[in-house]
Amino acid sequence: METLNCEVLGVREVNRALRRLPARSQVRVTNTYGKHNIAVGLDKEISITLGGNTGYFTGGLGGSSDGTGPDIVVDGFVGWSLAENLMGGSVRVKGSASQSAASSARGGTIIIEGDASLRAGISLKGATLAVAGNVGAMSGFMAQAGTILVGGNAGAGLGDSLYEAVIYVAGSIVSLGADAQVEELSSDDILAIKRLVEITGFDHIDPHRVTRVASARRLYHFSAQNHGSY
Amino acid sequence: MPNDHNDAPPAPTSYSFPPAEMDRIHALADTGTYQIRGLGARRKLPSFDDLVFLTSSVSRYPLEGYRERCDTRTELGARHGAAPLELAIPITIAGMSFGALSSAAKEALGRAASEVGTSTTTGDGGMTPEERKASSKLVYQVLPSRYGFDPADLRQADAIEIVIGQGAKPGGGGLLLGQKVNARVAALRTLPPGIDQRSASRHPDWVGPDDLRIKMEELREATDWSIPIYVKIGATRVEHDVKLAVAAGADVVVVDGMQGGTAATQDVFIENAGIPTLPAVRLAAKALRDIGMERQVQLVVSGGIRSGADVAKALALGADAVSIGVAALVALGCNRPSCAGSNGEVRDVREDYIALGTTAGNCSHCHTGMCPVGIATQEPHLEERLDIERATQAVVNYLRATTMELTALTRACGKSSVHHLEPDDLVALTIEAAAMAKVPLAGTNWIPGSGAL
Repeated sequence: METLNCEVLGVREVNRALRRLPARSQVRVTNTYGKHNIAVGLDKEISITLGGNTGYFTGGLGGSSDGTGPDIVVDGFVGWSLAENLMGGSVRVKGSASQSAASSARGGTIIIEGDASLRAGISLKGATLAVAGNVGAMSGFMAQAGTILVGGNAGAGLGDSLYEAVIYVAGSIVSLGADAQVEELSSDDILAIKRLVEITGFDHIDPHRVTRVASARRLYHFSAQNHGSY
Repeated sequence: MPNDHNDAPPAPTSYSFPPAEMDRIHALADTGTYQIRGLGARRKLPSFDDLVFLTSSVSRYPLEGYRERCDTRTELGARHGAAPLELAIPITIAGMSFGALSSAAKEALGRAASEVGTSTTTGDGGMTPEERKASSKLVYQVLPSRYGFDPADLRQADAIEIVIGQGAKPGGGGLLLGQKVNARVAALRTLPPGIDQRSASRHPDWVGPDDLRIKMEELREATDWSIPIYVKIGATRVEHDVKLAVAAGADVVVVDGMQGGTAATQDVFIENAGIPTLPAVRLAAKALRDIGMERQVQLVVSGGIRSGADVAKALALGADAVSIGVAALVALGCNRPSCAGSNGEVRDVREDYIALGTTAGNCSHCHTGMCPVGIATQEPHLEERLDIERATQAVVNYLRATTMELTALTRACGKSSVHHLEPDDLVALTIEAAAMAKVPLAGTNWIPGSGAL
């Protein structure tokens, strides 16, 4: 396996080297030291391990619209906006993630083994976000499509102004945001959660004991009557 | 019944409550909601119209109008070593979304811009293949909503524009009402068809100038530092915002004044938020000068630019280029009482304006999606009314004629490049414009607000 030393090469050279790798390569990036923008904008199917904490936008703008892309594992904690606008492939974080994880992600799978801070899954557009632990306030804000699975508890304002994304929470929910509602868990939901548990390995989640949150669709059209709802 | 008061003059109309304002209040009372509309501020604002050029005479001599060369070439975005946009003219086409505009309108703008050698800009609905094909220089917007944002499109862009705000609605997100959210628009935006779409007003993945710096670096990494990054702001606290955008790494700053258009937002926002383009140019130019970035970071100004005179005045006040939106739509045929289809048949569409509750020449009903001339619509039977070939030629004609207006004034000022125009070439006709543009009131050496009275 090739190793790229981020401290020696710097982020720019690391990303260049990652872009040049042929499909199915395996590579390890060491000495990441919380640097921003590592492994961004990659579309080939390569396996990347980031051997430490990383900063903002880790794995952002990755993958292609056909759902393929690199598989990235972060052996540490990550900063803001992990895998933002991901199109395909996967990003797994062994630690916790800061704010806006998986923001606006359109495809692929984002797995966080620890907790995720505020606004996890904000503006989500089709990707799958799975968090083993808790998520902070305003998670799933304006999420348009895709799935968010929370293995722990969810903070205030969950799923505010949701469109068609669905949120599953195994623990408690502090409060729901505007136009979000708890819905009955269907057999399809349970199947989907089972599959996610298999993919993520989050076997502390019992697919039958999860709360489904989705849009009540009351704010899909403008009406002065809704003024107080926002 | 006649009475003694018959000869008395009518009571004066109330300034605070004229009939139009009463109508507005009645409408709110009837509907319980505010007015949403397209285009930009309608109210009278201090503008470039309030400035005139001091062209050559005895003290300075002019260039020959049709003989001596007047350079209009404009380069944007070389600050960080990326391939700059090399434009033949300093007039670019502003970001307007597929969704707000029909695919045909976007294509005609792209083709026209390519023919005259300038750039077009995507919009709040992603990049369509038609647009990429039509436009030889395409600026890809990164908007708060991120509708349809695709890294593959990013990699085929010629420049990136991070949109923080828009002059029509600085601090507000866009609206696209349900009637325009058809299946293709909905799919591009990952939204259910037919909903009243509310665009975000803040970016989902960063907040504040320090984050913006990192965001820009992300976009540069994703494009291998090969293309320039613009930052577009709605004109409010222009000096601070321009300095922060430059500090965050912008190669080009785009400042959109309050006359700038929109496809749909609240009328109250259009008319009451932001500052006019006139003071915005001067403030932005000053901000760049203050931090020693004049000409290194280019300034693009937009918001109500219509003519070669407007372009010349913007350039004289410190802009490197301008961007046009509404004017380009008008050139396409917006607000025309008729349209000519591809078979050359002229169709009178005045009735369609009346059906919308407006008239040709006064229409700002872009938000309804029922554009009588097939520009701001997603209705196939209306879209057909825009003939791409004719529309392309119309925009080409408009851009060329506007450039000729610009160079005519520039030559008369004795300058061989439009980028040599300077504030000294201008005086103001009103005290307001003199204060805002920081040029003297005509016939005086008075610039209100500069130095002691």
